[in-house]
Amino acid sequence: MTFAKRCLLAVFALLLPFAAAAQQQGLEIDIIGGNASALPIAVVPMPYQGSGSPPPTDVAAVVRADLERSGQFRTLPEADMMARPTTGAEVDYPAWRALRQDFLVVGRVVDAAEGSYRVEYELFDVARQERLLGLAMTARASALRDVAHQMADAIYEKILGIRGAFWTRIAYVTATGAGQGARYALMVADSDGYNPQTVVRSNEPLLSPAWSPDGRKLAYVSFERGNSAIYIQDIATGSRELVSSFRGINSGPAFSPDGRKLALTLSRSGNPEIYVMDLATKALTRITNQFGIDTAPVWSPDGNSIYFTSDRGGRPQVYQAPATGGAASRVTFEGAYNADPDVSWDGQKIAVAQGAGNTYRIAVMDRSLGTPRWTTLSPGSLDESPSFAPNASMLLYAAREGRRGVLYAVSADGRVRQRLVLADGDVREPAWGPYRDQR
Amino acid sequence: MKTNKPAVLGKALLIAMMCVAAAACSKKVKDAPPEPPAQPVTDTAPAPSGVYGPEDLDRDACLRQRTVYFDLDRDNVRSEFQAQMACHAKYLRDRPSARITLEGHADERGSREYNLGLGERRGNSVSSALQANGGSAGQLTVVSYGEERPTCTESNEDCWARNRRVEIVYTAR
Repeated sequence: MTFAKRCLLAVFALLLPFAAAAQQQGLEIDIIGGNASALPIAVVPMPYQGSGSPPPTDVAAVVRADLERSGQFRTLPEADMMARPTTGAEVDYPAWRALRQDFLVVGRVVDAAEGSYRVEYELFDVARQERLLGLAMTARASALRDVAHQMADAIYEKILGIRGAFWTRIAYVTATGAGQGARYALMVADSDGYNPQTVVRSNEPLLSPAWSPDGRKLAYVSFERGNSAIYIQDIATGSRELVSSFRGINSGPAFSPDGRKLALTLSRSGNPEIYVMDLATKALTRITNQFGIDTAPVWSPDGNSIYFTSDRGGRPQVYQAPATGGAASRVTFEGAYNADPDVSWDGQKIAVAQGAGNTYRIAVMDRSLGTPRWTTLSPGSLDESPSFAPNASMLLYAAREGRRGVLYAVSADGRVRQRLVLADGDVREPAWGPYRDQR
Repeated sequence: MKTNKPAVLGKALLIAMMCVAAAACSKKVKDAPPEPPAQPVTDTAPAPSGVYGPEDLDRDACLRQRTVYFDLDRDNVRSEFQAQMACHAKYLRDRPSARITLEGHADERGSREYNLGLGERRGNSVSSALQANGGSAGQLTVVSYGEERPTCTESNEDCWARNRRVEIVYTAR
């Protein structure tokens, strides 16, 4: 039960690979900090036991890297493994206890129909000498990383009781060059930074990517028409639709939880206001009507209300209004500047960029215990754009280091941080995508 | 001119006066011809009270100033930019076909979305100042780039001050 308690308190970190830098436009990852209470787990190599060509992906290594990066686990280096069992029958529990391992994962890869591979794996509780999981997954060679992330999710959930978010994707904006030579790209990558793909390239600024709930589309802001405009683009096909190009600002798109509506910011009335667009009819409903700046809308998970940034009280703070329009109420009262809200899946936590003087940090307001409790997750000094993982165990945010923008992934308790650096240029505007298998 | 005053005094003298007036007019017309060539030359020289032409955008010291800077989190046009507002507004009055896009910008600190709003506020503020000085709303368009187009990319006060700006861009001279 000690680990169960730990998972309640602790939380974890995931994300992004060491080898990603080798890939074009890939992100280079550094882990900063660590978690002393991480659970020891041994993920034994899973050899290929078929007769065809060996698989291109070291499945066990991907699982190990996912769990290690989560900050919630400490994985045993391969060199320290005294034995390499591939099935439960071969496991010698006392030997793994001697290595002080709490958990053990073994498995193997065999041939499946039509050149596919079948990965069989088992998870054991070493102390109890008990099998916790025994599963098999079949995939083509190109999908073996996806299989490995799903294995890591299953292991994570079995041990911690929290759904894993390794098999997810992230969107972000990259910028290289400056002035007339500036180039922007909207990118999508696996949550570990692998398989980066360019969704849009532009000579004009791109910002505010937002995922559709099914993970198939991205809404974003582009200045390619000489003013801000909102597009919705299908990631797989590349087809896109211009949904908003009114006079003034068109920004801050956010899909409703059912995917049928888009909240957005328009200043066509003279100053920025929040609207909701019905995506089928393009009809607009105005949510705010106020002389201040109202912007950066996000939906509550139940779709009934919209959180947004407003400076109607003087400086920016987070407000909440019914998604059908109506009076707004202030949500954040601690801190002089709270902007860029993002809401956790259960609606209990609101992450913001919190400013004090010249320092901007990521802070989370937790309302699950009644009175709001604030936790500061980042050191500053110019942190912004927090985005929760779908299980809210971690957040992505943007920071500045020297003259470049970098992304960080941070555990929800702020104890484990990882830096995602683009080899050349800025990375900004992170958006963590939804679960890829909808339960 | 002196001959015109007696002309108003009496109806009886009206006809006679008209003759005198006509004579005076024809005299002036005759005097004028040598002068016209000289007048255009003096107009094109940068006469402070003259009418602006497109070429002044490149050579008039005031019109060449196209950037308005702002204090942190503020959108009021500081008094030091009043002369700039006045000359660009005069240009708009002098050339009704001229069009300006006011590009509003913010420094990098804080939310990108909020900074789009701040950039627009600054653009609107300059637009109001130009209109107060006689420019017309139809000649002015505001576009906010927020913090997306910095002129300077270092994270310090000096750089931030240079990025908090509105750029006056002539889209039609």
